[in-house]
Amino acid sequence: MKQEKLLEVYQNNSVKISVRKGWCKSCGICVEFCPKDVLVPDNQGKPIPENIDACIKCSLCELRCPDFAITVEGVKEKDE
Amino acid sequence: MKTVIDEYIRKAMFPNMWCPGCGNGIVLGAIIRAIDDLGWDKDEIVAVSGIGCSSRITGYVDFCSMNTTHGRALPFATGIKMANPDLKVIVVMGDGDCSAIGGNHFIHAARRNIDLTAIIINNMIYGMTGGQYSPLTPTGKFGSTAPYGNIDQSFDLAELAIAAGASYVARGTVYNPRQSTSLIKKALDKKGFSVVEIISDCPVSYGKMNKMKSPVDMLKWIKDITVSKKAWDGLSPDEKRGKYAIGEFLSKDRPDYTELYEEIIKKAQESGGNK
Ligand SMILES: Cc1ncc(C[n+]2csc(CCOP(=O)(O)OP(=O)(O)O)c2C)c(N)n1
Ligand code: SF4
Ligand code: SF4
Ligand code: SF4
Ligand SMILES: [Mg+2]
Repeated sequence: MKQEKLLEVYQNNSVKISVRKGWCKSCGICVEFCPKDVLVPDNQGKPIPENIDACIKCSLCELRCPDFAITVEGVKEKDE
Repeated sequence: MKTVIDEYIRKAMFPNMWCPGCGNGIVLGAIIRAIDDLGWDKDEIVAVSGIGCSSRITGYVDFCSMNTTHGRALPFATGIKMANPDLKVIVVMGDGDCSAIGGNHFIHAARRNIDLTAIIINNMIYGMTGGQYSPLTPTGKFGSTAPYGNIDQSFDLAELAIAAGASYVARGTVYNPRQSTSLIKKALDKKGFSVVEIISDCPVSYGKMNKMKSPVDMLKWIKDITVSKKAWDGLSPDEKRGKYAIGEFLSKDRPDYTELYEEIIKKAQESGGNK
């Protein structure tokens, strides 16, 4: 599928962040509200987890993305 | 690993049709995550909507679904539930859909306490048709039909639902997706008419006319105008103006309409039709 090809995966020892570029609409929500400034926009406004080592795996970027375009794996069970 | 997206979304329909940053997608995420938490079987769920941008949700969920006419999602859902009370029926409505053209259906569904879960995506505007004000547009805010500011007083949908007889009433926001998921989960699990209003952003129609051009501006605003139920109870009337309480407002038990209907049918059959 077209959009699967546009999946970018970023990873370190504890977290894997995937960005489905074909679905992302560059709204800026994930970048702005990440509590640890992990994400920066690329030249199209799509998120790159440049600061991935600071990620606390809160999943807020994933939960607030209106387009299901960013996912965070290696996350602990939800706290609520 | 199978994610909620793989499990509950019609991926072939993506990317979705909503504008960048539109809160409808965040609410869609909260709904499917709530259902995933409950572990419900997809085939026992029916999602019903009316007309509006928000109502397009029923096209993206991989349940049985029905996109009906503007304002009439609740009557269609009532029919489905009465025909087969074992189905879990979720109704997604816009603020206009639910409180303007569908307002009467809403209060009477609550009065009957029929076992449906109503999720109202309150972006405070008619998004789809170009930003006309709705009964939930705050006083003083702008719409394409209120170029000098809205003079109407808006409904408090939660209070309306409580007064009309609903069993469960809560309000969340797209800024607080975890809380919204948990409120939706409780509403789904509750027998009787359950209402969850989610304050959402429409950057294109509402934002543009109210000096919030970006989705980020809108989410910051939503964060600013909402306070937890607990904090709300301590505010003075002046401090409450322009703000919204979020959280759970009511959860009570009262017989739902399908149960009462079943009882009355049994009674009629036992009496052989003699009153
Ligand atoms: C009977 C009828 N009247 C009017 C319309 C036009 N119409 C379509 S959507 C809509 C309002 C949408 O606003 P809302 O329900 O808040 O949904 P949103 O688009 O904001 O999600 C209207 C008036 C219609 N489709 N059918
Ligand atoms: S999971 Fe939390 S900390 Fe990590 S990138 Fe997403 S929002 Fe930032
Ligand atoms: S929130 Fe989603 S759609 Fe918006 S920029 Fe981030 S990944 Fe893209
Ligand atoms: S017009 Fe508003 S409600 Fe409709 S898709 Fe665009 S942002 Fe969302
Ligand atoms: Mg609306």
